[in-house]
Amino acid sequence: MVQNIIDVRNLSKSFDISSKEPGLKGTIKHFFRRQTKTLKVIKDISFEIKEGEIVGFLGANGAGKTTILKMLCGLIYPSEGSILVSGYLPFRRKENFLKNITLIMGQKQQLIWDLPPIESFYLNASIYDLDKFEAKKRIKKLSEMLEIDEELFIPVRKLSLGQRMKSELLAALIHEPNILFLDEPTLGLDINAQRNLRKFLQKYNKETNATICLTSHYMKDITSLCKRVICVQEGKISYDGKLDLLLKKLSPVKEILIVCRSEDDAIKLENSGFTVKNKIKNEITIKIENDSITSSLKTILNNFDIEDLFINEPPIDEIIGKVLIKKDYDS
Amino acid sequence: MNLRKYLKVYKKFLHTSLASELEYKTNILIDLITAILSLIGSIFLLSIFFQNNGYIGGWKFEEALIIQGIYTILNGITNTWFNPNLTEIVKHIREGTLDFVLLKPIDSQFFISLKKINPSGFLEIMLGFFLLFFCIRINQINLNLSFLTLSFITISCSICILYSLWFFISTTTIWFVKTWNAIEVLRSFLYIGRFPLNSFSFSLRVFFSIFIPIAFITTIPSEVFLGLSPFWKILLEVIVSTVFLITSRKFWLFALKSYSSASS
Repeated sequence: MVQNIIDVRNLSKSFDISSKEPGLKGTIKHFFRRQTKTLKVIKDISFEIKEGEIVGFLGANGAGKTTILKMLCGLIYPSEGSILVSGYLPFRRKENFLKNITLIMGQKQQLIWDLPPIESFYLNASIYDLDKFEAKKRIKKLSEMLEIDEELFIPVRKLSLGQRMKSELLAALIHEPNILFLDEPTLGLDINAQRNLRKFLQKYNKETNATICLTSHYMKDITSLCKRVICVQEGKISYDGKLDLLLKKLSPVKEILIVCRSEDDAIKLENSGFTVKNKIKNEITIKIENDSITSSLKTILNNFDIEDLFINEPPIDEIIGKVLIKKDYDS
Repeated sequence: MNLRKYLKVYKKFLHTSLASELEYKTNILIDLITAILSLIGSIFLLSIFFQNNGYIGGWKFEEALIIQGIYTILNGITNTWFNPNLTEIVKHIREGTLDFVLLKPIDSQFFISLKKINPSGFLEIMLGFFLLFFCIRINQINLNLSFLTLSFITISCSICILYSLWFFISTTTIWFVKTWNAIEVLRSFLYIGRFPLNSFSFSLRVFFSIFIPIAFITTIPSEVFLGLSPFWKILLEVIVSTVFLITSRKFWLFALKSYSSASS
């Protein structure tokens, strides 16, 4: 049986946040008498993640995804509740725990700006107590997986964003962590760079059985990497489960455009009990529930004279976008 | 603490920061020229103060040069280690890159205090030592083992006090986010360390001994050079520096509990 590697129980986090009124008067008031309020950004959430799982955290900006990730890796102290990651209390930041995890943030970098990435890799290797031979072996292996070679010897400031991100990944993975926390790793990357990064993460997960927790606003990252998603809304979990089930829940029907041989066939189809969205001459668009799509198509093909048909899937971004608006998907 | 690992990491720090600095040759050259001109300017300023009767606060010009020498060494250490690293703490906290430091299996205070060096500060340290040796000759100071040991102890204590003060102020960034001004004020106070403590009024002497212990930083080591420092003063400096070091360490660990990281 696969063990839980992350166990979160009744976790909450509050921050003191100051607010300021607009204008000069507001600024002066803010300077002398700052009004702060306590904002509960994470509200009593619980979940587990199994070893080797890739879990996507979905939610609008400010929903609390990054705060959860930062509490899981031990950067922020939780206000209430408990977290166990790989058997450790993350916020204690014990050496063995830190050797097991890594955090990659798409918008922040740890590489030394003026030097080639290889210098940062060897520095990290010494911090993780790796000898030169082992470090060299790991750099070679990871650079092959990431398909980077010459870039390792070019100063970071001269690398493209994609090359820099690959180097960031290598720097973050040199100690071969079991748990990866990725906060929008593909932010700002072009389509090819995004695809390469996803391919690498899939391969890394397959080869090392590492657990990956990922936040991203690029739906392609989520759909191609994560079987399971946790939707966070206003600090609460609104859905925790399989991604395909969520998609089914949010988009239970498919639209099918059927081109009939004649307009008479289209009229016959219109009156046969299917839910019709529209009909233009011999072209008719019907809606079929996902569960009955095979049987319905069989019936249509057997009973009507069909010239062509197209199944239209609603765009994934549009479906997932609903996650950011709707409240609860379990009920 | 695994000392071997920390030495290995420090070797890497030296290597990477030297390599980073050497990327900008002109900058290093300008820094070196600035260090030389700054020392010449300081000695010139000091000589103006001594022009009238040759004494300030009971110190002769030749004796006050010792304070200048120690100040130059400390300023060199500040420019080599404290300035590039401790001012960076503010940046780490504002931009949230402290996250990467905290998630490394290494002491975070060690990492952020020693990661960078500015090689041009070395010249200042060398100039400071050169000035000290010159002062030893003109003041006819007898170089013996106890003198060297006490000088080493007091200068080391001065470095610890200076580091702790700076680190303490930088740590407050965790709550206040911007503390540049406080660091600038500290640097301005340090300029006062170029002059003998006795040259100030009683109230200022108390202030610079208790609240901002500039007196401990330059005057006591200089008194040791001249054989004027009683044992209790040296002991007091050791105690003060130990208290400062321990407090800055505890304060850092306490402050980290309030670290909320920058938003993404």
